[in-house]
Amino acid sequence: MSGSIQDTFFEECEELLEATDEGLSAIEGGDHDPEVVNAVFRAVHSIKGGAGAFGLDELVAFAHRFETVFDEVRANRMELDEPLIQLLLRSCDHLYNLVAVARDGGETDQAHHNMLIEALDKYIPEEEEDLTFEPMGLGGPMDVSAIDIPQAPTEETYQIHFRPLKDMYSTGNEPIFLFQALQEMGELTIVLDDSELPGFDGMDPEESYLSWNLTLVTTEARATVEAVFEFVEGLCELSIEGAGDADADAAALAALEAAFGGAPAAESPPIVEPAAMVEETPPAPFEQPAPAPTPEVKPDASGSKPAAPKAENSKTEQRGPNPTLRVDLERVDRLINAVGELIINHSMLAQQIANLDVADVRDVETELEGFKNLARDIQEGVMSIRAQPVKPLFQRMARIVREASSATGKSCKLVTEGENTEVDKTVIERLADPLTHILRNAVDHGIEKPEDREGTNKDKVGEIRLTASHRSGSVCIEVKDDGAGVNRPRVKQIAIEKGLIPENAELTDAEIDNLLFAPGFSTAKEVSNLSGRGVGMDVVKNAVTGLGGRINISSSPGKGSTFTIILPLTLAVMDGMVVSVADQTMVVPITSIVETMRGNDDMINNLGADGTLLSIRGSFVPICDVAGALGLEKKDDQPPGVYLLVETETGQRSALAVDDIHDQRQVVIKSLDGVCGEIAGVAAATILGDGKIAMILDPESILAASPAVGAFDTERRMSNAS
Amino acid sequence: MQAEVKSNDQEVKHAQFSEFVSFTVAGQAFCLKITQIREIRRWSPVTILPHAPSDVLGVMNLRGAVIPIYDLSARFGLETTEASERNVVIVVSSAGKPVGLLAESVSEIISINPEEIQETPPVDSRNTMEYIQGIISHDETMVRIINLDAVISVPEQVL
Amino acid sequence: MKTKVLAIDDSRTIRNLLAATLEEAGFEYVSAVDGREGVDMYDDVAPDVVITDINMPNLDGFGVIEELRGTDINSKVPILVLTTESAPEMKARARNAGATGWITKPFDDASLIFALKRVTGAAA
Repeated sequence: MSGSIQDTFFEECEELLEATDEGLSAIEGGDHDPEVVNAVFRAVHSIKGGAGAFGLDELVAFAHRFETVFDEVRANRMELDEPLIQLLLRSCDHLYNLVAVARDGGETDQAHHNMLIEALDKYIPEEEEDLTFEPMGLGGPMDVSAIDIPQAPTEETYQIHFRPLKDMYSTGNEPIFLFQALQEMGELTIVLDDSELPGFDGMDPEESYLSWNLTLVTTEARATVEAVFEFVEGLCELSIEGAGDADADAAALAALEAAFGGAPAAESPPIVEPAAMVEETPPAPFEQPAPAPTPEVKPDASGSKPAAPKAENSKTEQRGPNPTLRVDLERVDRLINAVGELIINHSMLAQQIANLDVADVRDVETELEGFKNLARDIQEGVMSIRAQPVKPLFQRMARIVREASSATGKSCKLVTEGENTEVDKTVIERLADPLTHILRNAVDHGIEKPEDREGTNKDKVGEIRLTASHRSGSVCIEVKDDGAGVNRPRVKQIAIEKGLIPENAELTDAEIDNLLFAPGFSTAKEVSNLSGRGVGMDVVKNAVTGLGGRINISSSPGKGSTFTIILPLTLAVMDGMVVSVADQTMVVPITSIVETMRGNDDMINNLGADGTLLSIRGSFVPICDVAGALGLEKKDDQPPGVYLLVETETGQRSALAVDDIHDQRQVVIKSLDGVCGEIAGVAAATILGDGKIAMILDPESILAASPAVGAFDTERRMSNAS
Repeated sequence: MQAEVKSNDQEVKHAQFSEFVSFTVAGQAFCLKITQIREIRRWSPVTILPHAPSDVLGVMNLRGAVIPIYDLSARFGLETTEASERNVVIVVSSAGKPVGLLAESVSEIISINPEEIQETPPVDSRNTMEYIQGIISHDETMVRIINLDAVISVPEQVL
Repeated sequence: MKTKVLAIDDSRTIRNLLAATLEEAGFEYVSAVDGREGVDMYDDVAPDVVITDINMPNLDGFGVIEELRGTDINSKVPILVLTTESAPEMKARARNAGATGWITKPFDDASLIFALKRVTGAAA
């Protein structure tokens, strides 16, 4: 079990190291934004925390130094000058090495290690160097087990006087729970002293009047008894006296007091035998097995020996209202993959049966149809395990809108609809960032200032409507504001200033609106602390297309804007058009195809030396030869037979030329991650009915890579402008 | 944590009489430790990866997994192989992920005493030095021991 | 009813460690990846005890304590902070903010359970 958690740790380390690296690079590039500094600090801190859990001492020690130096930077006590940045970058590289050594074994370059530690230590202020420094008397790195306490197997009787101060109650500490902990150590007698309780009239409900005198007979060491009161130290009057004050205890106390510099109570929890804890876990006969989130399936709720539940724990046997099962995501994904195979398997069978030279296969085909339906049912069922309602995501968005409103001095409310719409877990996770950005953008740029709104007969409070719904096999997320709408002249002006479009370009309203998604575009007149973080709507668009989705904006001046995100229900399967390109079978996502048509020579028009245009009902669209864009050689010189009309996000249409269309079907998406690097024009792969692999194409990136279409784009703008 | 992936030369040094599978690539004899090999399959046409370098033949379907197939001959800087049904794909594992290597044909399983392994004499070929970690003499022919890690480490960006 | 723990930590490793230990010991475990999510989830989850990390994006552990203590209805819920031993002053700050107790990272199963027992009375 801990093995798989350790795997998680190393995975997470990779991400954290990347974040550290990225942050340091940004700092090196002159970005000293506190949030960047904080992010680096947190990443290194998390590495340290995880490494500590697995006893990776060398890594902990180094990460600790890194973190300490960075904390100085974070608190503005130290300047991030060039030598320090270089040292931190080298230290980050060394962290990579230490993590690799911890994971894969091997040796650390000790000379390098020591050199960096020495260099880092120079930046660490004197008083920080003593890691065991204990300014508040509130728990230091004290390990009770490290102190040589003579064993006291004999029973000891402790007289404990405990009088909570008023402040203790405001920390959520309850005397009763402390007494329960003591009770488990031996025989406990509790005597309540309410003599200080005033009459009803004089009572301050906030004040603490009660105290207790406890007598505990136990074989536990004094330190263990004292540890029970660790959290309330300083929040109560406490005295613990051993009846005989045996020599052993006196020695232990002396050792403790020496270690704590006279502090009366032990800080670390006592070392309790884990087995003893397990026995107190009552068996849970009515509950679902709750396997730990690891690939290992445990048939039982825990490995614990069933023991008679103690009286105070019997309530835990009640059945919960909604029995649920926690399952490791990886296991669900394996199941999804297996079902995907089943579907592929079905199409292979179907194909082979169709190829059989048998007169009557109707019966087989009927059965096969049943098989297919069952496979689809299973697939849907498995997919639904991964599906989660968008409600928690929407709740987070409500807070984003509140924060953004108060930061911009606007008043807005978020209205949500369709909170119970279920979407794939990964989609929800990866939707959080783009949605946050869209909402901040809506508050910052969409909704007008309250005084402006009143002038236009609108409610002073702006409304942003966040809706989720299922729409023909897709999920639709809509963000609609009742603000001013896209300021098209302004957007166009900015686009011209930034060189995104020629000065004399003539664009449709939709084209102008879509400029918001162009890389490097930002409408903020002055950089506000909300949207001016260097993240543009292009990042939002990339995030959405990365999920296999599309994003659109529609806007009407004075009335508001609507962002519509269409996402696939799942990331595991999609509908595709099976085509052939240069003797290879490939798949084009149906969602990107507007229309398909067989071509003939009359429809093709040359433009310049290389460009060709397809004429469709009087209009011309540029042709992109898919084989050429993918760098594939065609065996014969025959012109492509079929055109797939696709539309890009800006509404521009192009025709993808392929050799032939075979079929339209659902395909299981197989990631090419780890198989090869990123391939321009290819999104993923799938396995077809004949067992062969086919590439799933990404039309947007094919068009981006195609010089012919790019050139046409400019020409058209220029000609429109003249 | 115990290191699971040891470097290959360590493995070779500490092993007593390890079994190797020998095969031919462009007429030369090579071998891999038997424990490095997951399975050997007959060649069947692969799906081409667009923009891939010449030593990456493409991908194939191995029981539902998409695995890349490399042309060992091209990788060693020898002539590219015109793959046919007579050829074999040796499936090895790289960091838990299967990878296929195209070879001309598999010869036999040979038992090698690690002490018989000789260091690769320096020759003026970077490819050779990089991909070969030692040589042995077997039945009077020279068999080259492949440094698997070097062979299957591909640059992240194929482009 | 099982004792329900809401654990707030941005480290997946720590969340997994907590989940493994707590579920093994029979606690009900719910987690959040940062302070903001933790506070947002609080009302829906209605935990018996909160364990929170200190250094987190969006809202740190002190912010979590302040927000939870800031509302009357949550003012008594036990809150344990996860601290590293190198930062003892964090414990003092956390207590001043209203934390009930602390768990020192790296923690072992026994000390984690012991800490929970002292603030909830429950072994599970």
